[in-house]
Amino acid sequence: MSFEPPIETCKGTIREVTIGSDTKVGGETTFPFHLWEGEMPNAPMVAMEVYDEPQEWPEAVQKVYADVMSDPVAWARKCQDEFKADAICLQLRSIDPNGSDASPESAAETVRKVNEAIDIPLIVYGTGTPDKDADVLKKVAEVMADANIPLGPVDDANHRLIGAAAMGYKKPVVGFTSMDVNLAKQLNVLLTQLGVPEDKIIIDPTTGALGYGLEYCYSIMERDRLAALVQNDGKMQMPILNNLAPETWKAKESRVSEEEEPTYGNVETRGILWEAITATTLLLAGTDILVMRHPKAVELVRAAIDGLQAQSKEKVAS
Amino acid sequence: MALSGLQIFKLLAKTNCKECGFPTCMAFAMQLAAGKAELDQCPYVSDEAKAALGEASAPPVRKVTVGTGDMAVTVGEETVLYRHEKRFEHLPGLGVLITDEMDEAQAASLLTQLKQTEFNYVGQNLRPRVAAVKSDDPGKLAKLAAMAVEIACAAVVIMSDDAAALKAAAEPIKDNKPLLYAANESNFDAVAAVAKELDVPFAIKADTLDKLAELGQKALDGDFKEVVLDPSSSSLGDVLMNQTLIRRAAIRKTFRALGFPTIGFPCLMTGDKMLEAVYASVFIAKYTGFVILSDLDPARVMPLLYLSQNIYTDPQRPMQMDQGVYPINDPGPDSPILVTTNFSLTYFTVSSEVEASKVPAWLCIMDVEGQSVLTAWAAGKFVADAIAPFLKKSGIEEKAPHRKVVIPGYVAQISGELDEELGEGWEVQVGVREAADIPKFLRQWSAN
Repeated sequence: MSFEPPIETCKGTIREVTIGSDTKVGGETTFPFHLWEGEMPNAPMVAMEVYDEPQEWPEAVQKVYADVMSDPVAWARKCQDEFKADAICLQLRSIDPNGSDASPESAAETVRKVNEAIDIPLIVYGTGTPDKDADVLKKVAEVMADANIPLGPVDDANHRLIGAAAMGYKKPVVGFTSMDVNLAKQLNVLLTQLGVPEDKIIIDPTTGALGYGLEYCYSIMERDRLAALVQNDGKMQMPILNNLAPETWKAKESRVSEEEEPTYGNVETRGILWEAITATTLLLAGTDILVMRHPKAVELVRAAIDGLQAQSKEKVAS
Repeated sequence: MALSGLQIFKLLAKTNCKECGFPTCMAFAMQLAAGKAELDQCPYVSDEAKAALGEASAPPVRKVTVGTGDMAVTVGEETVLYRHEKRFEHLPGLGVLITDEMDEAQAASLLTQLKQTEFNYVGQNLRPRVAAVKSDDPGKLAKLAAMAVEIACAAVVIMSDDAAALKAAAEPIKDNKPLLYAANESNFDAVAAVAKELDVPFAIKADTLDKLAELGQKALDGDFKEVVLDPSSSSLGDVLMNQTLIRRAAIRKTFRALGFPTIGFPCLMTGDKMLEAVYASVFIAKYTGFVILSDLDPARVMPLLYLSQNIYTDPQRPMQMDQGVYPINDPGPDSPILVTTNFSLTYFTVSSEVEASKVPAWLCIMDVEGQSVLTAWAAGKFVADAIAPFLKKSGIEEKAPHRKVVIPGYVAQISGELDEELGEGWEVQVGVREAADIPKFLRQWSAN
């Protein structure tokens, strides 16, 4: 009996979305890293986080960014120059109405300064407060009229406001839905009906950390990709972004010291692996953009991305 | 070609003798059709039925058990490629490689660690169970295998190319069902003979899927059922490719020669301990039955055990927390009382925000069959006349006599009714809707 490798080719293709001047994400014609039966023209990228106000984090990450915590420009440069980030995701925490409640103008000014300081693409993220995010992201679109900056998260409550601004200033948007294939599709339909071009939409499916709902996210993403590639559903053929770092570093297992939990092992190793293993699992589910924090976790995930692309395809060539 | 339960039923004795372990022949037939039972379980099956059913009734990925008792690892019996289609059946066995490069004390200490390593996650005990022992010296191999059983009661993988050495090491512990690793092109007959004689499972190993399938076919021809595959993937990309193609061939094509669980050795792919853990996560997510690590550093084993649990959770039965009062940040009599449902994601989100707030609090988790707050409310499970008795029986009154209870903002409408149900001395407060707002809420909360 001779073995015929069960190759599966897909009808659908993930759209390529351009971010920054000429960086492309998406474009897959097959399941994640199935290079023996299709193509993945753009390997998934790592966008490293920058915050616009100082954060209180576990020591493992706090110490890495202690010198740049109050300077988003220096922070972004550090991620670009020292950690070789593929992109920067600027998390605008200062605009949180329950926090500093910074104005849209001040947030947009930070975006302008950060964007000016880097050569890699910038992604701008609000806090998930629909009204305030809409005010701020509209302003960002206006101030950054010539820059190709994806804006997110956009949800069903604010998609009209942000969508209109994004169309006017030709910005990609990141549509955020809460772990549900149908809701993700519905938001894409709403955005395209509004007039947002299909190749300007990225999906944020909600990310659960390892031990905190990762499996939900994993299966939702697998189903997203089955819909896009096998059922050739045009409303699902968008690249996927996972905003994972805030989730993994919030997990108790990333924070609790070895003194408190002697059986848990070294807290720094644990925190880094919590982020790296969450990210690697998401690579297998179909992510295109990973938003990450710890440089060592980034290094490990890069090694995983390179490793996954090394395949003895000749062994299954028919 | 798979047969339906009804087609299979027609070929059975139809005596409902129950000797197969199922109440009726029909029930047995349904289990056969689902790949969850084996025809051998029926003592009265006719030759004719055997011929018709044999091929069709075996599960697409055979079941293999290594080890015994609490440390036994059962893998295989998988029926889907994607976990949302049904569920993944058996968590992979995680384990550690023990070689003759370690001295006896080191090996013993690693085995003690294997026995002791255990994590509790959502009420489940997660632990590594496998000791893979390796030596080119038959005496040392047998010694390590014996130690693995003696010290850790482990599920043992005995690693050698030499059939005689495998036999010498496996025979004294054969009742522990060790896995012989591995038969290859050149030693297949000898290793298979040992497996048959000792009645233990064995692994087959080849560097292409084509050659692996040839060995798999030889195993089938020899009527072996407990076989484990090693496609010898040398890169992470090959791990993904081989694991995917093996599973697909088994599930989609019912290709029996590769219809067995697999074993993977991230410990042999890189010397970087952190990267090894990342590699191991790919083996775990992609269907591997046994995953062997280079040591048991808890900071690396813990996330991998959690990942196995996450991937193998039944997506149709959400993970649930046990009902009860969970103290967070060491609460006292004046700490706030929060009540919510036992859906694991709800618990995780709420508890991690409470922890992050650093405010001590009592978190009362109510059993609503694992539903989220709004779903359980809509289903009439998270409502005043159910929450009140739960709180009163929970013992929270003794822990926090102020009896001011915070309910999720999404069920604000039940606060009046809950006030009434709880009666005098209690006070219901409406909390926030989103977990992210919990820290701010708690910092402003006061018992007075």
